[in-house]
Amino acid sequence: MNWISNYVKPKINSLFSRREMPENLWTKCPECGTMLFHRELAENLNVCTNCDHHMAISPRARFTALFDGGIFSEIKVPEPIADPLQFRDQKKYPDRMRAAQKSTGEKEAMLVAEGEMGRTPIIAAAQDFSFMGGSMGMYVGNAIVAAAERAVKTKRPLILFAAAGGARMQEGILSLMQMPRTTVAVQMLKEAHLPYIVVLTHPTTGGVTASYAMLGDVQISEPNALICFAGPRVIEQTIREKLPEGFQRAEYLLDHGMLDRVTHRKKLREELVTITRMLMGLTPAIAGDLPAPGKVEDLAKA
Amino acid sequence: MATYLEFEKPLAEIEGKAEELRALARANEEMDVEKEAAALDKKAAQLLKDLYKDLSPWRKTQVARHPDRPHCKDYIEALFTEYTPLAGDRNFADDHAVMGGLARFNDAPVMVIGHEKGHDTASRIERNFGMARPEGYRKAIRLMDMADRFRLPVITLVDTPGAYPGKGAEERGQAEAIARSTEKCLQIGVPLVSVIIGEGGSGGAVAFATANRIAMLEHSVYSVISPEGCASILWKDAEKMREAAEALRLTAQDLKKLAVIDRIIKEPLGGAQRDRAAAIAAVGSEIALMLDEMKGKKPAELIKDRRKKFLDMGSKGLAA
Ligand SMILES: [Zn+2]
Repeated sequence: MNWISNYVKPKINSLFSRREMPENLWTKCPECGTMLFHRELAENLNVCTNCDHHMAISPRARFTALFDGGIFSEIKVPEPIADPLQFRDQKKYPDRMRAAQKSTGEKEAMLVAEGEMGRTPIIAAAQDFSFMGGSMGMYVGNAIVAAAERAVKTKRPLILFAAAGGARMQEGILSLMQMPRTTVAVQMLKEAHLPYIVVLTHPTTGGVTASYAMLGDVQISEPNALICFAGPRVIEQTIREKLPEGFQRAEYLLDHGMLDRVTHRKKLREELVTITRMLMGLTPAIAGDLPAPGKVEDLAKA
Repeated sequence: MATYLEFEKPLAEIEGKAEELRALARANEEMDVEKEAAALDKKAAQLLKDLYKDLSPWRKTQVARHPDRPHCKDYIEALFTEYTPLAGDRNFADDHAVMGGLARFNDAPVMVIGHEKGHDTASRIERNFGMARPEGYRKAIRLMDMADRFRLPVITLVDTPGAYPGKGAEERGQAEAIARSTEKCLQIGVPLVSVIIGEGGSGGAVAFATANRIAMLEHSVYSVISPEGCASILWKDAEKMREAAEALRLTAQDLKKLAVIDRIIKEPLGGAQRDRAAAIAAVGSEIALMLDEMKGKKPAELIKDRRKKFLDMGSKGLAA
């Protein structure tokens, strides 16, 4: 199953089963409760049109909006060995993987692509929170290493969209080892004097925050994203007091000097173009010259 | 008085009985209990051997956390001379969960850094149970940087349940501090050797253990999450920590198979806490061996070796 069938299938389903229709066509904003029509929501990059709440967006939908004309090519990520620890909890790890692959239509929790953004050649990597909480295992590590190597080879900046609950427990120590591994990838970019820009999205926590997601030259976050090492619940249990409003949210981190910017998803592309072009020593982008970002809907039809 | 772990209870009973008998004999001169006591000693010795022959991952976790196990401070005092602690991150505070400073190891100057858990209530509170705050990692970064400039090998001793999950720690950038410490480990052009002496708790351990050579004490553990934490998330039941410990493969033996660590340091029978001096000496000779392996290597070579080690890690799984 690929992303197209992922998008098209619900529509086909809705033709056959009317009962499913409302579920497929309408999404309720978890923040304000507004019912949002799917097309409108997709056009607004999964941001609530009523309250600006930023909902999760799949890496493919994000790339479609990010790259000029929605055109990008995927960078192949070397396959790690499957289930390296033969991990069993209540479910087998391979079964959890298959379930995640089926529900997302993706192979793993990170997608890497190259293309042009505002006529600026870039490499982009995006983490998929809907795939086992975006968790960082060997594959995500390989994806980041592959992205950095490709960026160095093609002399392009790397833009990374982080979203993860942390390390993938089912890969045990090997998931933990992705912290140093991905840090090596970041060092490759730094040594090649290539910009590494991190966009933190809701939520980015644990070992991911404590490695590649905090090592960007520029750290941008989407509004209200939870960004932390230890989660609020763990902290409340430890210190036995209630945490202040907005604690560990993007704006709080910005106030505490941990981020450069908090940027609305709809403004993100333009900002990334501006920043990467300056860091790459390129001429300013001409606003009218920017090809309009592609739409998921159009591609689905094509 | 020795502290017994839960699984050592049968041992505690036998050793207790032997002790009781001898105490009785001391009180009544005409009593001769030595034969009986010696039999109990023998029984205890055999039981100890049996118990420790094939410790389950959960039991190893308990041994790794044993309060009487030698801690960072004990190793520094015994293995190093002229230890001169250097304090502070030059930014906010000095973190007492992290010890660090200049010292001599076999007469050669080095930088030694480690987590210290404390040994009694007062020192445990002072050390925050070995859970470092961002200041601890930033102090370590500062010391590693200095070691790099003065060409001093760095030795790290890892023993932490994890980085401290506190409000201030988060506000001051716990994640960023850990990420930078790991980054610094990868950048320095001097030998970096690490020993997991007790608990290698997640990111808080990685921040010190991203080394050229990594050794683990035989009954220490190194894991992405505590067995209890893993059990409560995946089993939705913190009591399933035995199963979680099993699944996580957090023992030195499994990590060696996975090529995540280089060496296993044998512990005295019954764990490092039963013969602290022997455990400390074993760690000392292993550090010397690891440093020897890196003698004569140029800075660029050391950096390259370290990077390759971590880039290759996990590529073979348990077949490594
Ligand atoms: Zn809303």
